[in-house]
Amino acid sequence: MDNFNHLIAGFGDVLTPLNLLIALTGVIVGTAVGVLPGIGPAMTVALLLPITYGLPPTTALILFAGIFYGGMYGGSTTSILLNTPGESSSVVTAIEGNKMAKAGRAAQALATAAIGSFIAGTIGTMLIVLVMPQIVKFAVTLGAPEYFAIILVAFVGVSAVLGASRVRGLASLLIGLSIGVVGIDFVTGQQRMTFGVPQLADGIDVVVVAVGLFAVGEGLWVAAHLRRKAGEVIPVGQPWMGRDDWKRSWKPWLRGTALGFPFGAIPAGGAEIPTFLSYMTERKLSKHPEEFGKGAIEGVAGPEAANNASAAGVLVPMLALGLPTNATAAIMLAALQGYGIEPGPLLLTNQPKLVWALIASLFIGNTLLLVLNLPLAPAWAKLLQVPRPYLYAGILFFAAMGAYAVNGSPFDLYLLLALGALGFVVRRFGLPVLPLIVGVILEPLAEKKGRQALQLSGGDISGLLGGPVAWVAYAIVVAVLVWPLVSKLRGASGDHDDHHDAGTKAEVAA
Amino acid sequence: MSNSPTGPQVVKDRAQYALCAGLALLGGLLLFDASRIGHATTTNDPVGPRAVPVVLGIALVVVAAFYALDVSRGGHGEEEEGEDVDLRHPADWKTLAMLAFVFLLNAVLIQPLGWVISGTILFWGSAFALGNRHHVRGLAIAVALSLATFYAFAIGLGVNLPAGILQGIL
Repeated sequence: MDNFNHLIAGFGDVLTPLNLLIALTGVIVGTAVGVLPGIGPAMTVALLLPITYGLPPTTALILFAGIFYGGMYGGSTTSILLNTPGESSSVVTAIEGNKMAKAGRAAQALATAAIGSFIAGTIGTMLIVLVMPQIVKFAVTLGAPEYFAIILVAFVGVSAVLGASRVRGLASLLIGLSIGVVGIDFVTGQQRMTFGVPQLADGIDVVVVAVGLFAVGEGLWVAAHLRRKAGEVIPVGQPWMGRDDWKRSWKPWLRGTALGFPFGAIPAGGAEIPTFLSYMTERKLSKHPEEFGKGAIEGVAGPEAANNASAAGVLVPMLALGLPTNATAAIMLAALQGYGIEPGPLLLTNQPKLVWALIASLFIGNTLLLVLNLPLAPAWAKLLQVPRPYLYAGILFFAAMGAYAVNGSPFDLYLLLALGALGFVVRRFGLPVLPLIVGVILEPLAEKKGRQALQLSGGDISGLLGGPVAWVAYAIVVAVLVWPLVSKLRGASGDHDDHHDAGTKAEVAA
Repeated sequence: MSNSPTGPQVVKDRAQYALCAGLALLGGLLLFDASRIGHATTTNDPVGPRAVPVVLGIALVVVAAFYALDVSRGGHGEEEEGEDVDLRHPADWKTLAMLAFVFLLNAVLIQPLGWVISGTILFWGSAFALGNRHHVRGLAIAVALSLATFYAFAIGLGVNLPAGILQGIL
């Protein structure tokens, strides 16, 4: 029960007026950006990074956690009221949710989404408390070779499983890793990929990369394809549910939670796969299968719960191993690095107050969200009317401000535009963005662990093999990479294409 | 949508070859840069700074080749969708060019003129490029945002934003 004592201490740290205010700000900003089209939690956290460097790390993380959960809530509002979901994790919610809204049941759809998210988020956060310290216990025993192998699993996982196209995922990952190489080598002090540009010697700041890819890249991409006519927003009143809606919702909430959490915790696709699985499950188990496709409440309740539970699951590898499995987590890790805090298995030992305060703030944020979202849904819906030129001009404005503020140097603005162009290109060609940012963030760590492992063996390649944990990890890597060949040999049928809908999976929870 | 040869109705997305070339080029760049680095290994660090760029460079060239193979078989990535994205029209290069221009203008002007002025130009210009035709309202929002961010972040939170020529006035 040690965990619970820590958690209670964490609540003690968070329940100060300032931190509560920050948590409230986080969930409000998070919901707002979740609702606003074109902005996701990843972009928001990226934009806020430079501004929050002046705050203490705990305060900043409470803010980010609120945005993270709030963005999930807000996303569901958009997909229910506007039939064009932005975040890939809310695509499934839109299927039934928008049908419900059109049938005059928007209030019930929003209510089941909000309450389901609350329940899934609370259970999911509880599971973090139970699971994360156990994983840390296991993780601190890992040597450099094992850790290196696990990072490789994360690389291959985010690149190959997530986007259906392996080659595009790997291309994206390699671009990210190459950006990570830029700068002075940490052991020998040699400059790599700097081409004599002094501003590159310290490496490309992760903040600039994140803002460039997620804010400028997204802004430019939308600008190039801006809808001439904005989508129609369905008006909504106060969300509420009748007895029957409750009866039909509670089981999907729990099943969605059970599906979402484990998928969030593994580097395999964020919220997209579990929301889809939840949808399929509910359709199969429903007593009203004829309503599916016409606005079945189970089809909103289950996937929304799965979405939020997976958001909680994402925090397990992030806090226990320092491995991000979605874009927002990747940027939150970058924030930790910005504070000089090294994420990884030792985080819980070195920064217990920070970690437990963060987890406590998740519980509080989740509750605040429910309280905020049920009465305020009509107000949030108004945000969908924001004139698009101002919205996207605002994104570019804040991106430029943030990137400049990192080093106070105009050079970063040129770099930002170049990275924005890269963000545009990956969206154009359907390369997933997640492997890219994960590559940038984890390259230094992966290289460090790999070189440590080889140092132990005196440069012999066998040093990378390490113990059984590493063997299992390498087996997974090989299996994921070789699988398409195997299935091709087995089936020899051409309809098992490995690059369908790669693009729709590009922006997992971004 | 599949590895099998595409039907006549599907136009092959040839621009993807340019991306493959770019990947191969990046790989070559890594290899070239690695060859320039002194081969510094010690007993503490038998790997040295060259190994990772070399591995990445080779991997990039290999992936570029597989990518090109995939494209030649009709593979293509799906362009990203979004709430405000309408993929039925081709990319609007005029808007993009205008946005890039005001963005660069901000980079040039931010130090001499200060964030309040350069940011105003950035916001107003971007909104114009994106189709805003309420010039006065756009300008009012731009000035308000620039001033608000300057006071809140630069003066309030100590974020690094230059005052420029308005130094002493703001």
